[in-house]
Amino acid sequence: MTIRVQTEDFDAGAEINRLRLQRPDIGAVAAFIGQVRDLNQGDAVAGMTLEHYPGMTEKALEAIVQQASNRWDIMDALVIHRIGSLKPSDQIVLVAVAGAHRGEAFHACEFIMDYLKTEAPFWKKEQTTNGERWVDARASDDAARARWHKA
Amino acid sequence: MIRLLYFARLREALGSAGEELAVAGGITVEALMQQLAARGGVWAEEFAGDKSLRAAVNQTLAPVTAEIRDGDEVAFFPPVTGG
Repeated sequence: MTIRVQTEDFDAGAEINRLRLQRPDIGAVAAFIGQVRDLNQGDAVAGMTLEHYPGMTEKALEAIVQQASNRWDIMDALVIHRIGSLKPSDQIVLVAVAGAHRGEAFHACEFIMDYLKTEAPFWKKEQTTNGERWVDARASDDAARARWHKA
Repeated sequence: MIRLLYFARLREALGSAGEELAVAGGITVEALMQQLAARGGVWAEEFAGDKSLRAAVNQTLAPVTAEIRDGDEVAFFPPVTGG
């Protein structure tokens, strides 16, 4: 398991290669990249600042990946999340999961993102044409996480 | 003493990133929030109003019923918005 919280950008291709080439019995890698949009709630977004809770962030991400490992037979997982100042089209987050087959890799990757969105202590502050504002949590993110309890 | 931390919108509203505070042993998160709200003004707005806040005790999300012990790190923050 690799968890990194960093201000620097990341090379998703290189990170995924490192993950997938560790073991020859890996047959599938599912990856998700989240990036900054230039529009939110009807306002143009010029950039954003990402704040986090040092210490808790890493613990929360480790716990989320551990839950995914307990639930699906995955071989390794990687989470990189950026903090600090970001511009539209900048990468924010990379989640990649390696497994023997695609099913567990897809499921675990989506599970990790859904939990990250609702439990990892990050907060976005957007710079818009109407000034700065803290991004509100979305009910759809809570609903996305809740799905995993039903199955 | 406990270490209190405030993040994001809450930190800006309170004008404080955190503080050291002496609290009664075995106090719950909810009782601590009532104690902070009793300071009045913006503290009352944030801790007794309709703002939805999350709490973490020793860097783990905690329900309002969680008990706080001397030496704990307690954080309050708005719902998270990463990813």
